[in-house]
Amino acid sequence: MSSSSSYLTGAKRWMIAGIVLAVVVSMFSAQFNRYHLGIIVDIGINIILAVSLNLINGHTGQFSLGHAGFMAVGGYTAAKISLVVSPMLPPALQPLIFLVALIAGGLLAALAGFGVGVPSLRLKGDYLAIVTLGFGEIIRVIVQNMEAVGAASGLKGIPKYTTLGWTFGLAAVTIYFVTSLVNSTYGRGFIAVSDDEVAASSMGINPVRYKVTAFVTGAFFAGIAGGLYAHHKQFLSPTGFDFLKSIDIVVMVILGGMGRTAGVVVAAIILTLLPEVLRQFSEYRMIIYSLLIIVLMMARPQGLFTWNRKKGAA
Amino acid sequence: MDWLLQQLINGLALGSIYALIALGYTMVYGVLRFINFAHADVLMLGAYAAYFLAPAVNSVIPLPSLTGAVIVTLISVMICTGIGILIEFLAYRPLRKRPRLTVLITAIGVSLFIEFTCQHSAVFGADTKPFPQLLPEHDYHFGGLVVSSNDLVVVVTTLLLLAGLWFIVQRTKMGTAMRAVSHNQQAAALMGININRIISFTFGLGSALAAIAGILYAMKAPGIDPLMGVQPGLRAFIAAVLGGIGNLPGAALGGLILGLLETFAGGISGLSNYRDGIAFAILILILLFKPAGLLGKATVEKV
Repeated sequence: MSSSSSYLTGAKRWMIAGIVLAVVVSMFSAQFNRYHLGIIVDIGINIILAVSLNLINGHTGQFSLGHAGFMAVGGYTAAKISLVVSPMLPPALQPLIFLVALIAGGLLAALAGFGVGVPSLRLKGDYLAIVTLGFGEIIRVIVQNMEAVGAASGLKGIPKYTTLGWTFGLAAVTIYFVTSLVNSTYGRGFIAVSDDEVAASSMGINPVRYKVTAFVTGAFFAGIAGGLYAHHKQFLSPTGFDFLKSIDIVVMVILGGMGRTAGVVVAAIILTLLPEVLRQFSEYRMIIYSLLIIVLMMARPQGLFTWNRKKGAA
Repeated sequence: MDWLLQQLINGLALGSIYALIALGYTMVYGVLRFINFAHADVLMLGAYAAYFLAPAVNSVIPLPSLTGAVIVTLISVMICTGIGILIEFLAYRPLRKRPRLTVLITAIGVSLFIEFTCQHSAVFGADTKPFPQLLPEHDYHFGGLVVSSNDLVVVVTTLLLLAGLWFIVQRTKMGTAMRAVSHNQQAAALMGININRIISFTFGLGSALAAIAGILYAMKAPGIDPLMGVQPGLRAFIAAVLGGIGNLPGAALGGLILGLLETFAGGISGLSNYRDGIAFAILILILLFKPAGLLGKATVEKV
């Protein structure tokens, strides 16, 4: 697509088209079956989670097992804000409250991401994976003991603000942001760090800065996804953000192919639909899921949608 | 003072179990350089093996008795050794040449597979089952201190196993080969060591320790269920990293530290709810200052 006269680049057009489409479709959401609508929103939230984790695990080549932790930070923050603020303001301001709550959740999650990113100054590989796993667990334990957010019994009565438009609009923003970040001159550094840290630093790239940036950015969007999730399910419980949720997101990234945004989006869709399709075999559902992980790792560790393309290309 | 000593005794007993589990994690890491997430589930299978064997053994040698307990434990150990070797053969061996991340995810997959399969109603079921009494129990009183016979059994068994493991690793041909493989796999292969055999042996040894740890843990726990391995597994795994993963004395030390920490934090009201968080927080802090763990050797990347 040539964009000679327009100041909008191709990617930006796609994002705006995505947002407009999401909002327009959202207006007709009353036509959809509630059950289907719920699943579609789940898909959108998982796309945001998977694409943001892909920045950390895929493009930058780090290994985070704590994405659910960032999601929890964002979700609880956003939920608490709208629970406290929305009764005080007129309903007309609802979208504004929601936006502020989401961004606040994202920012706090980004702060947590910074906290996780800093140990990556010194840790690599398995050790970093353990630290991120630990961080996720620490966040869960803190939430579980915080009376202000309902502790172990969960946070109830969150207003239902999340719509199709919000979810897919923000998914479009996430995809746009992550792809244009990685494809920018600055962003090539992420791929360089992933390919070879030593070579990258000898080229004048500061691996630590890129790793921390990846963690902060990824965590921000995970926080946004958490906020959407909170206002979609209207109920948050600490057990919903355990290790298994982090694994779910990691599997999406691996299934889609590390660092391959389109593949990761498709994987997020497939893996959200899979449990619904397997609903009638619900007692075997998780057994099949775990077998799928093993078989996938043996047969196609590079992801389902990767054919002989160079590692790290966006 | 009594309180302190009492917590110390409880902590040592718990720490010994963590140490046994941590040794399995660290040995596998030593030879294959990945964290075997399924290790915690082998521990659970060990406890279940004992659960199903106990009635059978009871009909020959009445339980609780020392001979009966030893027989139950030995058969469980054999079963788990087989399972451990089988897991390595089926799931990890085909991935030997793949990136470590791939193997790590597979290990998580294997762990989830065992957990969810065992939770199915046709296998063990998700409910908690009472663990049979294998050994006669007795509480010894020293002044204000109470030491249960189970705690003594745990500590003594761990000490014996640690001594045995030290002997195997340092003094036998198999152990020497294990250390060689862990040091440099390629060079070990060139020296005529059968790598596959050593790796199978390591998995078997680690799983045997896990089976014993599982039985000891079940003896102290209120009951057994298919997810019983997850919590001690996680702690042991923190212990292994804390001590410096791949380092055997480090794993034992890490296990003891974590066991003591957990009992002391559990004894202080207000902190007990944060136990899991505290364990991880300390791990992160230690890794920040000693990235290779307490006893691990820092490696310099050469270009």
